[in-house]
Amino acid sequence: MKIHEYQAKGILKKYGVSVPNGSMAASREEAEAEAKLLLSTGASGVVVKAQIHAGGRGKGGGVKIAKSVSEAGDLAAKMLGMKLVTHQTGPEGRIVRRLLIEETLPIEKELYLGILVDRGEGKPVFMASAAGGMDIEQVAAETPEAILKQYIDPGMGLEAFQARKIAFQLGLKPQQINPAVKFLTSLYRAFLDTDSSLLEINPFITTTDGRLFALDAKVTFDDNALFRHPDLRELRDITEEDPLEVEASKYSLNYIKLEGSVGCMVNGAGLAMATMDIIKYAGGMPANFLDVGGGANAEQVAHAFEILLSDKSVKAVLINIFGGILRVDTLATGVVEAARKTNLKLPVVLRLEGTNVEEGKKILMNSGLNFIVAATMKDAADQVVAAARGIHGVTEWR
Amino acid sequence: MAILVDKNTRLIVQGLTGREGTFHAKACAAYGTQVVGGVTPGKGGTTHEGWPIFNTVREAAEKTGANTTVIFVPPPFAADAIMEAADADLDLIVCITEGIPTLDMVKAWEFLQNRRARLIGPNCPGIISPGKCKVGIMPGSIHKEGAIGIVSRSGTLTYEAVHQLTQRGIGQSTAIGIGGDPIIGTTFVDALDLFNRDPQTEAVIMIGEIGGNAEETAAEFVKSHMKKPVVGFIAGQTAPPGRRMGHAGAIISGGTGTASEKMKALEAAGIRVAKSPAAIGETLAAAIGVNV
Repeated sequence: MKIHEYQAKGILKKYGVSVPNGSMAASREEAEAEAKLLLSTGASGVVVKAQIHAGGRGKGGGVKIAKSVSEAGDLAAKMLGMKLVTHQTGPEGRIVRRLLIEETLPIEKELYLGILVDRGEGKPVFMASAAGGMDIEQVAAETPEAILKQYIDPGMGLEAFQARKIAFQLGLKPQQINPAVKFLTSLYRAFLDTDSSLLEINPFITTTDGRLFALDAKVTFDDNALFRHPDLRELRDITEEDPLEVEASKYSLNYIKLEGSVGCMVNGAGLAMATMDIIKYAGGMPANFLDVGGGANAEQVAHAFEILLSDKSVKAVLINIFGGILRVDTLATGVVEAARKTNLKLPVVLRLEGTNVEEGKKILMNSGLNFIVAATMKDAADQVVAAARGIHGVTEWR
Repeated sequence: MAILVDKNTRLIVQGLTGREGTFHAKACAAYGTQVVGGVTPGKGGTTHEGWPIFNTVREAAEKTGANTTVIFVPPPFAADAIMEAADADLDLIVCITEGIPTLDMVKAWEFLQNRRARLIGPNCPGIISPGKCKVGIMPGSIHKEGAIGIVSRSGTLTYEAVHQLTQRGIGQSTAIGIGGDPIIGTTFVDALDLFNRDPQTEAVIMIGEIGGNAEETAAEFVKSHMKKPVVGFIAGQTAPPGRRMGHAGAIISGGTGTASEKMKALEAAGIRVAKSPAAIGETLAAAIGVNV
């Protein structure tokens, strides 16, 4: 689960990580009030930062500096409601609904810090680089040696000597080492306590007067661990998510909206990805990823089908099920129920194998609904792509 | 022969008294697996569907002579169940549970180092040696005993590959799902190494997906060590970057872990890569020179 920068900084602050003074604002008035407070307590300027769940905000015009309260108010008014497009949002962009108003700081150096779990090593790794403020993925690709990696023994945690090593290698001054050790160990504690899958400070800055700050903060939580963090679940901002994906998550369905016209419903993540791939090989484009999971019941299948059909770009549907735990007759019952309820008009191609496949096929045949049953995965993909084209117009369908 | 599970496997089920545990324990037993008991803390001393239930894995192992366990414990308790099984010195731990917190698995992974038990999974369908033994949730009926080893990060896609082989009359030695999580016990390399040394296995199908670099590491192993033909498939060629595609581990991050990168690495190692998931069976048939 992703959260906003201001939420991430709020968490880090609780752990003793120094972050710039500031707060969230959702209106011009709130932005002006916060700017007034900051400017009257010693800040030389304020930064107005758009809060969206995507990086690259600065380049997209989502980060601006103001020198006065009225300037901050003007910037806030302009930014709120604006469609912010960055390299991570895609061309459709994101609507800005919240801002972070923060004091400006005299930046000396911009560094990078990140913590995640290394899959190969099976343990957390602290990454640090003197090349902060930049796209770290680019640094990793072009000069991997510029990124320092410190693996952490999960039984021990981040030891002081490891934190010192990182601090020295980042080129911090002797008097900054002890504050940096506190900064780094606090970050690691926050990472562990919140079950984060990624914690990134880019940039981690030193100021001209020698202080250390998390100037930006990106924290992503491990969805699988949210059951034990009810407080963190509250931080979810569903306006940042696709409405159909939000709907799907209510029924524990894995749904991701894509750009194509062939809706697909599959059991199992690997087979779902492979089904998207074969649709592309057949000349079409998948409209979504949808894994109904191994243990889905008829009700979940019905919801999944409704969600899939409510995407207006879907012109035909492919259901590819290899029944294991999810029995094919269960699936068929759900599909028929949803097809009746939604008054289905679109062509639906089915490819069914596995547990109780004959019973499932019988339910579909006897439903009186117009389903196309395909023999193989390839056959199914060819048929559904043809059907999706057919809806576009008769001329295109030959 | 086959690998890891066979007629000598004596299986206990952690979480046997739950709905999933009961259903699959019966299916495994019906397939011919020696299911010898179950573990549910607090229900020790009772029986369930005729099987003795124990409070601890150690007690179950001592009383039943079990050497293998399969775990159907809910996610919050599954990593603990893995560690308990490892502590009881079983040979093989198969963890089916999906949704275990990553940091719990970091702990369990650490605990498994220097212990005898091998872990398969978590978040996997399990392992089957057709005609001999099934430890997992896969439909047994689609399998056929034979000479092809299968190793895969995905469950239903494994069934798909098995189905394509069986339909062509090509049997399988062992099919193993290693799981879709970022941290897993048995890796592609571990499974390939076992298949390489298994006399029953003549060729191997390896099914990967986007995310991480396990496929690239496996490709290097194939290039330098594999004596048997390997056929590959990578799922997620159309997956968008930055989105978690169902499996916790299936995510393209920072431009790495893409399907095309992995397919390139596989091909460079001499692995025949099926581009379409419908072509896995025929690619394997071509690799072993069978005309079907």
